[in-house]
Amino acid sequence: MCLGIPGRILEVYEKDGLPMGRVDFSGVQREACLAYVPEANPGDYVIVHVGFAISVLSEEEAAEVLQTLRQIEALGAQPPEDER
Amino acid sequence: MKFLDEYRAPQEVQALLGELRKIVRGRWVLMEICGGQTHAFLRHGLDRLLPEGIELVHGPGCPVCVTPLEMIDKALAIASMPGVIFTSYGDMLRVPGSQADLFSVRARGGDVRVVYSPLDAVEIARQNPDHQVVFFAIGFETTAPANAMAVIQAKELGMNNFSMLVSHVRVPPAVRAILETPGNRVQAFLAAGHVCTVMGYWEYEPLAAEYGTPIVVTGFEPLDLVRGVIMAVRQLEAGEARVENAYPRAVRREGNKPAQRMIERVFEGCDRAWRGIGVIPDSGWRLRSQFAEFDAEKRFAVGEIQSQEAPQCVAGAVLQGRIKPDECSAFGTLCTPEHPLGATMVSAEGACAAYYRYGRAAG
Repeated sequence: MCLGIPGRILEVYEKDGLPMGRVDFSGVQREACLAYVPEANPGDYVIVHVGFAISVLSEEEAAEVLQTLRQIEALGAQPPEDER
Repeated sequence: MKFLDEYRAPQEVQALLGELRKIVRGRWVLMEICGGQTHAFLRHGLDRLLPEGIELVHGPGCPVCVTPLEMIDKALAIASMPGVIFTSYGDMLRVPGSQADLFSVRARGGDVRVVYSPLDAVEIARQNPDHQVVFFAIGFETTAPANAMAVIQAKELGMNNFSMLVSHVRVPPAVRAILETPGNRVQAFLAAGHVCTVMGYWEYEPLAAEYGTPIVVTGFEPLDLVRGVIMAVRQLEAGEARVENAYPRAVRREGNKPAQRMIERVFEGCDRAWRGIGVIPDSGWRLRSQFAEFDAEKRFAVGEIQSQEAPQCVAGAVLQGRIKPDECSAFGTLCTPEHPLGATMVSAEGACAAYYRYGRAAG
């Protein structure tokens, strides 16, 4: 129930007074309520739970973490000091 | 898919595991709170790739598992009433009550429907004005904003045939309860990333300081999980105890303010019984009195219910990380996902279901 995968907002519209969006999850499209992510725009990636987007994914944070991980991977390619 | 595939890259997961092996000196017990993370660790085989010194114990973060038996029995009673359409997240249908489950109520003619979102339940109510539509509003902080919005929507649409059976729970009081348990073995927590998208992680800072326990906000993909473990182990090895965020692309310290405001508007804190664990003070949310008209417990008189757990089931000990699922004598024999004795054998978040599905039986 707390699982949630990232999806990309394709379009935003209003329904019954609520801001809604059509969100693409790797090819599967679903409707999600955007009331809790007022800053979200088409093209943004959001985490959706039980029909509600609850977080807009940050490109900057993601890039920074992945860069750190790739540095570790590069280091890992060399034998660790205590095994030389 | 962006934000997904790059966190599943096998060579980078291996590199991170190598990094973890380099930094582990002691023996450490970590608890992943969220049942979704338990399943992710096992699905990707990460539990078997962690260095020997690291033991994972599985936490109580499975919403259907901790929903109290009395509440399930109430749901079964309401769902059996004529003129009621009972709606629920799909995971709940196979969770055993004292005598039956929602599937068997449906088999006997009850109108039990699975919904993906609580707004779907509101829509069903709108389309069925001659029926009483009840939504089983369970879950942790992640589902609370959605459930709260359903109440607001029903109120604004002036509906008198929609109500919710509310059994919400919160993570921080459960963390405290685990740390207060005599003989607790957990030395660090991986906090549930998606709960923290809503609530942020400032609530965990006093817990980390008071109990000297590292708490790392962790995501759900393989790279996220290993990164969470590394950050927790680094702290343990250094004798530190802070809250760290290993899932910054989705989680900010303050959380989602609009969602928190909606929760605050609709729900208020209450003591809550956790199935198999017992009452944890101030660990739940219930509807505020101004939304009493949407409270299914007030709308339907279900009478006195005698709840009775299956005597062989040790789900409570599993949920608190005191035993592993495969240490239960009923595991995989008397108790299977098709015929569960306890809720932990059901659902995409139950620890017993994860052990069964991914073949982690002892021996």
